[in-house]
Amino acid sequence: MTSSPAISSGTAAIRSENLCRHYQMGETIIRAVDGVSLQVRAGEFVALLGSSGSGKSSILNLIAGLDRPTSGTVVVQDRDLASLSRQELAKYRLRVVGMVFQSFNLIAGMTLAENVELPLRFAEVERSKRETLVREAIDRVGLIARSHHRPSELSGGEQQRAALARALINRPQLLLADEPTGNLDSHTGVEIMDLLREFNRQLEMTVVMVTHERALAERYAQRMIFLADGKLVDEQSNPPAAQLTTRGGHS
Amino acid sequence: MKLPDLTELALRNLRESILRNSLTTIGISVGVASLVAMLSLGIGLQQMASRRLVKSGLFDTIIVTSRREMRGMSRQEERNGPNPGESRVLDEPARHEIERLWNVQEAYPDIRFQAELRYEDKPHLAMISGLPASAKSNDAFEGMQGTFFTSDAAAEVLLQKSFAEELLGKTPPLGSPDPDVAELAKPLLGKELVMLYSQRVNSPSPAPPLRPTDAASADAALGATYSVISREQKLKIVGISDLDVESMRGPMRAKVFLPLHLAESLHVMQGVDLREIARAAGDQPVYSSISARVKNPAQIQAVEDAIKKMGFSTFSIVDASRGLRQFFGVLYAFLGIFGSLALIVASIGIVNTLVMAILERRREIGIMKAIGASDGDVKSLFFAEAGAMGLLGGVVGVVLGWAIGQLINFGTNVYLRHQSLPPEHFWAVPWWLVIGAILFSLGVSLISGRYPAGRAARLDPVQALRYE
Repeated sequence: MTSSPAISSGTAAIRSENLCRHYQMGETIIRAVDGVSLQVRAGEFVALLGSSGSGKSSILNLIAGLDRPTSGTVVVQDRDLASLSRQELAKYRLRVVGMVFQSFNLIAGMTLAENVELPLRFAEVERSKRETLVREAIDRVGLIARSHHRPSELSGGEQQRAALARALINRPQLLLADEPTGNLDSHTGVEIMDLLREFNRQLEMTVVMVTHERALAERYAQRMIFLADGKLVDEQSNPPAAQLTTRGGHS
Repeated sequence: MKLPDLTELALRNLRESILRNSLTTIGISVGVASLVAMLSLGIGLQQMASRRLVKSGLFDTIIVTSRREMRGMSRQEERNGPNPGESRVLDEPARHEIERLWNVQEAYPDIRFQAELRYEDKPHLAMISGLPASAKSNDAFEGMQGTFFTSDAAAEVLLQKSFAEELLGKTPPLGSPDPDVAELAKPLLGKELVMLYSQRVNSPSPAPPLRPTDAASADAALGATYSVISREQKLKIVGISDLDVESMRGPMRAKVFLPLHLAESLHVMQGVDLREIARAAGDQPVYSSISARVKNPAQIQAVEDAIKKMGFSTFSIVDASRGLRQFFGVLYAFLGIFGSLALIVASIGIVNTLVMAILERRREIGIMKAIGASDGDVKSLFFAEAGAMGLLGGVVGVVLGWAIGQLINFGTNVYLRHQSLPPEHFWAVPWWLVIGAILFSLGVSLISGRYPAGRAARLDPVQALRYE
């Protein structure tokens, strides 16, 4: 196992030590995450790779503060997530983390603009400021013409772009993406990945992406972390050359 | 989350499954309507009962007597009050003063005297009482035959039915059923009675008497004198009252009634004149008692206290109305409990609707939590939805309850008219009931929303997002 020289340099945005998440399923214990220690630098683009059931999504949920570890620690931007209260975790999800999912997870009854606005409501941002913020975010993902459409009236790619707009509306430092291209065709998937990279570079967001498509990870991520059976099995840095070969149309 | 956002989101969610939420809201409306209907019936009945009592003149009248009468109703008062000899005389200035008191509608002297009445040249002795014009609306004269006095000074007379029997020589044996008033009235209405009475005439020098019977002139300290002169007054019988003498209250307890102004103008010699001989010789008449009618019977005690402060003795029937209030308190409680039952059923409907909504919106709750909603935000949202349904249901329910009341009132009055009975308004929806019912509905809904809201708030976002 080669340890990347990148880990030692720069400030750590995410640091986990011996992180475990076990589920009780009747008699048996499922070890979804089993002693994972990793670090992600601020501003880094990291891909978590592994087959289904390897624990990559569970790790993402733990980093997102949606779930609590059974043991071990996960520290994000100097916050030990295990020690935060439910209230503090909600605030952390609201301010520090932006999330996108494989199935987009937009609220069906709301228009695109309303979906993007929702985190601002939870953050109690004044009504007058919201409109401009929502417009900016939707403009950034290129959907301004679709603002008043409901998710069911949008294509998969458009829905994921709307989800990205929602994820960045509160200007989080951390963007967590759970199989963001899993429900998209390869062309649309590339568009979404370009946007992720754009956020990573222009907005200096730390990006952690879960995927099982090695090709995408190789093209966009600076570093790949391989997981199997809840354990970290390998780590690999992508040479900058690999990233240069990709198109950068959106930047 | 701020309140405007909360309200907006809650209403949006309610619109999303409009059918289910409408049905739940209708359930609440029906509950509130039944509560409002029950309570307004109770309130209406109480108002009707107290209207009747006010009309009967029992509860809105204070009988004022002078302490000089030494007839104070409580011994305490007699011991603590001023010396009867020093206390005030119940005369015309005193009557004016009482009439000017707050909440007093009118104060009129109780004129009661015994006199001889001749009908078809046969003499009859009877207690005669002066009736104020306001007695016309009195319940006591509801079953009356004929008409009330045409004016307050008309030479007219109302007879109590037992006296009418006496005049006709038809006094029934004890225990036999009462004769019909209409039958008694037929031969008497429009006929003439001659009343023989003794008039008191104030005179520094006694007027030449027509037929001096009793030289009751006496020298007062001031040297004033008065004479007592026998007089005659012709009276037309205009009405026969169905009233039982036993049911009449003190000053009105008489068999023959004259218009009050006529009775006053006759200056009939009364018992009090003898006791107050020194004062009676003055210009102003002295009354044995005054009846003060109050506008609001609920505040009768305050008026009584004010009159007592003026130095008079008072009497009223307040305690009887207290018993009535107690009865209606129990009635309200019962009607309220039955009315609330429907609302309790409706509140179970709210719990059901919201628990269903949680199942349906599991994923949505998960999404909201993932993008930063706190437990409190989710809880408030469900609370707001329950509250909105409660508020809306409350408003609709009050309108519905009011409409049901109007309908029943209308139906009953149609029935009463068929039975040739006067219509009654026994339905009342006071503003406090409207506001109270809406607040109650809101409160019940929020309590019902507590459990679902708590459940939604505790939902694990990871599981909620996995749920398809």
